[in-house]
Amino acid sequence: MDSSRRRVLQLLGLSSLALAARPVLNAFAKEAGPAEAPEPVTKPNAKALTAKQWAMVIDTRQFESVDDVEPLVEACDSIHNVPHLNNKNHEIKWIWETHYHNAFPGKAARFVSEEVEHRPFIVLCNHCENPPCVRACPTKATWKRESDGIVLMDFHRCIGCRFCMAACPFGARSFNYRNPRPFIREVNKKFPTRMKGVVEKCNFCVERLAVGQLPACVEVSEGKLAFGDLYDPNSEVRELIRTHYTIRRKQTLGTEPSVYYIV
Amino acid sequence: MLELAIKGGKKYYGWMTFLLVIIGVGFLLYMRQLDFGLGITGLSRDTSWGFYIANFTFLVGVAAGGVMVVLPHYLHDYKAFGRVTILGEFLAIASVIMCITFILVDLGQPMRIFNVFIYFSPRSVLFWDTLVLNGYLFLNIIIGWNVLEAERNQVHYQPWLKPLIYLSIPWAVSIHTVTAYLYCGLPGRGFWMTAILAPRFLASAFAAGPALLILCCLIIRRVSSFDPGREQIQALAKIVAYAICINVFFFLCEVFVAFYSQIPEHMDHIKYLFIGLHGHGAYVPWMWTSMALMLIGIILTVNPITRQNEGVLAVACVVIFLGTWIDKGLGMIAGGFTPTPLHEVNEYIPSVPEILIALGVWAMGLLILTALFKIAVGVKEELHE
Repeated sequence: MDSSRRRVLQLLGLSSLALAARPVLNAFAKEAGPAEAPEPVTKPNAKALTAKQWAMVIDTRQFESVDDVEPLVEACDSIHNVPHLNNKNHEIKWIWETHYHNAFPGKAARFVSEEVEHRPFIVLCNHCENPPCVRACPTKATWKRESDGIVLMDFHRCIGCRFCMAACPFGARSFNYRNPRPFIREVNKKFPTRMKGVVEKCNFCVERLAVGQLPACVEVSEGKLAFGDLYDPNSEVRELIRTHYTIRRKQTLGTEPSVYYIV
Repeated sequence: MLELAIKGGKKYYGWMTFLLVIIGVGFLLYMRQLDFGLGITGLSRDTSWGFYIANFTFLVGVAAGGVMVVLPHYLHDYKAFGRVTILGEFLAIASVIMCITFILVDLGQPMRIFNVFIYFSPRSVLFWDTLVLNGYLFLNIIIGWNVLEAERNQVHYQPWLKPLIYLSIPWAVSIHTVTAYLYCGLPGRGFWMTAILAPRFLASAFAAGPALLILCCLIIRRVSSFDPGREQIQALAKIVAYAICINVFFFLCEVFVAFYSQIPEHMDHIKYLFIGLHGHGAYVPWMWTSMALMLIGIILTVNPITRQNEGVLAVACVVIFLGTWIDKGLGMIAGGFTPTPLHEVNEYIPSVPEILIALGVWAMGLLILTALFKIAVGVKEELHE
């Protein structure tokens, strides 16, 4: 009698615990908005572009107004399912436009040419050769791909600690403060959407390089952006760097950014 | 010994119920955060760490502060502290549990926490922080529990505990050093990029931790028949006095370096906190209050007349605890993120749910602390009967 009463009480206790745990599990599992499995991510094919270290040269002289920047941002956002959130705190940005003195704080002199002052500057992940974000990540959810130097993100491994965001001196990383899926204008099923609670950033269009295409922003820039192998002396980027004076963001920090600017 | 924690009067249960209510509110809001995402906080793309991580940082200090009773007792054989070492160790346990909880509530994907162990990354300071924090928690549970049990049975504690006790002393220093390394090794964050950050964290830790311990001793004397002792409280007060002086000194060193060198990257964060930047200055009144509180704390604890008056000392401890909390728990993190690496000012203000969740974590820590202290005091009372 006694032991069976104890047993019933134990069961009651356990089931109430399970009931209490339900909302927790539900919260973990719940995710509003379309989350259908995307089509398989493209694997590198025969046309895949390769490099030792991909790099970008931005010819800022060719950017006059925001209108020159918009198509680039739009191409990137639509391909990568970058959501458009109204709350500034929750913004997700892969590539965006800023002022000279924001892109290059510390480099901007008190008096600069009016033209440069008003020129839009494109900023994105620098795919640093010595990336501090990779050092900071406690789960290797972000890493530097050895084959071509792209700094990548695994959205499924990221625990959302945001150490990489604190470590990045370029503000290149965004965090999904809420479920981004309802805010994607038109879902591109060829690229994964993200869930709340993970970090994301520019991936140098790794999925396009794999099938022989240049990054989307480079493609739509009509020559304003150049892309190529930094360690190939004959590449277009090296040619531009050789023939123009270029600067990089926060070079003194030793992260070795792979994005060069012609000013 | 656990049974001692449930033998209490009405006041004890009233206090515990009160804490449970706050925990409940925090827990419900945390459910909301799990559901919606960290968007219910005031955090942003620019200020990606805030109130949770700030409280975590402060509490690592309180946890490390426990070593200030352990060290004199075991290394210098300062016998008087034998009466209160258990309080220091139990304070460390409750604080570390709060720290770990603050980290958990700050994660975007908390159910993936074990990725830290599965894909262990020795180059990440966060990996080391996980190790030292959990290690310190276990050390204090093992040491505190066994020493108290031995005391209850009126025997000497097991000899194998001794090396663990010695280990726990540098370990306490390590938890706050590693926590400082989370920040001071990041390129492009001028406010944190200072070699003095870890020493500064330790100084404020050794002020805030013992100050809280003094307050606990004074409360314990009131609500139980166990007196932690006047000598003990006075010795702790001297530790607090030295530590708070060193903390303010370190801060002034930072101010000198930033403002004599005139390097904008280092100056701008301090400017933002103390005079405001580009028209944003939400933290200005808080930071000056913090300075004033720490200064009052110095005056009250350094001066022997005020220090020896336990009523005044209690005020001094409250003042120092609050002052160091604002300094570290409010200014240290927000100040490091503002202005941003792109030199924009996007002010971070913690949201109400965020503050309530943090309060819930504090209440949980206080609940654990109360239960642990109840056990410790229960044992002491048994022995003195």
